[in-house]
Amino acid sequence: MATTAPTFLQKPVDPARSNSGRSGPSALSRFARRTVFIIGGIVAVALIYTAVKAMGHATGGTWPFTSMPLPFSTDDVTMPPVMDIVLRFGQPQRTGDPKNLTMWILEAMLFTFREAFVGFIIGIIIGMAIALIMLRTRWLERGVMPWVIVSQTVPLIALAPVVVAFGNQIKVPLFSWQQWMSVALIATYLTFFPVAVNGLRGLKSPTPLALDFMRTNAASGNATLWKLRMPAAVPFLIPALKLAATASVVGAIVGEISAGVRGGLGRLLIDYSAQYLSDPSRLYCVVIGAALLGVLFVALINVTDLLLMRNRPREAR
Amino acid sequence: MTTADTTTPAIEIQGVGMVFNGGRPNEVTALTDIDLTVQAGEFISLIGPSGCGKSTLMRIVGDLETPTSGAVRVNGKDPRQARLDHDYGMAFQQAGLFDWRTVSANIELPLELMKWNKARRQTRSSELLDLVHLADFGAMRPWELSGGMQQRVAIARALAASPGLLLMDEPFGALDEMTRERMQGELVRICAETGATVIFVTHSIPEAVYLSDRVVVMSARPGQITDVIPVALGERNEDTREDPTFFASITTVREALRGAPAPAVTGSNSVDIS
Repeated sequence: MATTAPTFLQKPVDPARSNSGRSGPSALSRFARRTVFIIGGIVAVALIYTAVKAMGHATGGTWPFTSMPLPFSTDDVTMPPVMDIVLRFGQPQRTGDPKNLTMWILEAMLFTFREAFVGFIIGIIIGMAIALIMLRTRWLERGVMPWVIVSQTVPLIALAPVVVAFGNQIKVPLFSWQQWMSVALIATYLTFFPVAVNGLRGLKSPTPLALDFMRTNAASGNATLWKLRMPAAVPFLIPALKLAATASVVGAIVGEISAGVRGGLGRLLIDYSAQYLSDPSRLYCVVIGAALLGVLFVALINVTDLLLMRNRPREAR
Repeated sequence: MTTADTTTPAIEIQGVGMVFNGGRPNEVTALTDIDLTVQAGEFISLIGPSGCGKSTLMRIVGDLETPTSGAVRVNGKDPRQARLDHDYGMAFQQAGLFDWRTVSANIELPLELMKWNKARRQTRSSELLDLVHLADFGAMRPWELSGGMQQRVAIARALAASPGLLLMDEPFGALDEMTRERMQGELVRICAETGATVIFVTHSIPEAVYLSDRVVVMSARPGQITDVIPVALGERNEDTREDPTFFASITTVREALRGAPAPAVTGSNSVDIS
């Protein structure tokens, strides 16, 4: 792990070359190059998809020059043409609906994002709290960690209705439990795990040397936590947050389906798969929307990453 | 802050012994019967083979280890109290700077822990940057500096709170010979300017002789003091390294080290870095 290498072992870095990506003439061209790569990737996937479809059509559903059937069907219901899917975004959700499908999907993405994001934030708080508890003593770590792992083996499908049922029974004055809060909690359930595990590793990452230094300077436990352990944990937390971001989107969608919440991507997935045979492209559009939401969420973490790690050596990034 | 007056020795070590894993099969006696008194302002080097417990002895003085027997007083106090009073500055073989802090912020860290206000901290850190000849590097990150520069930052950090007592564990061990000699010169100058008492652990005989008022020679298994050699070189400068007295002292220390029994396990560092 590059982050644990003692500072003096690293080669001195030319300050003009470090921190690139923030400024300089190369930043723009790098951005342009990256954009070309992304668009190129999407086009390549569309081309392969179309080619496979054309191949299946030409051979009548077998591998070329053989009688072996393809493991999937390439007809227009299973694999709607790419252009159908693209054009479907601009058409109404169903005939007579004034809003087109893109609006429906964007609203659903926003709705699901809110649940996922709230769940994600609560997950970070709970995950860090668990990491801090495990940091206290070795026996607490041994006692708590198995439960953290067990928690992730409970199937989400089994857990979701329980969370919804508990949520509905909460009665506090001046507060009414909303369905989406149950969904956020389900997202939390998937989020806290990577944060707790990597957070603990990060909090334990300072070298004995650094800890001796804090001790020599009569640093309190709190000071050691905030001035040493927490900053040292940041590089460990970034990948955990990326995992947690995607997991929270999955958790929110599954939670919506289990809880029967309307307004999010989960509901659209259920509705559109029920009518799949008559309108297959529409389901593909929602799946693309869900994927896009995950990508945007991770992009948000990447921006956070750049901000938090802008002053660290490149090896640690 | 220096709290010792002239009558109280900076460090008094009496009958100190250290046993690791006592009572278990892997029991190791790191130190036995250590007696040493260090006067305020003195520069003391600990030298000896790997495993002789010199780092352990320094760590006991710094309250990073608790001896299994004997007594240690630092500025007339318990080492723990001395530590809580910020009597120590420490520097190690690795600079151990915090990557996420600027050079200045690294130097200011001990002062932050002592709750100095920001203006005072900044004044102090720029003084220290001048002292270690890094005045233009305060805003840079430690990983942007060379190893020698990082080590100078670490020394500035150790000096930040003007501790009366500097504990240094092979601080120049990872540096090349040229940088090392220059750093030794700077350390001599800094100690003269601050009047600090120094305990300096090293493997290098010329380094020990060049820097010290007294060289404490230790032997391994069990770790004990075999000789204390005073070095009368007067004020140090670059000519000191050519001085016949310098070479004579090196010979004396070398012979004292040869006289010390060889370590039972060569190349093992397990005891003195534990």
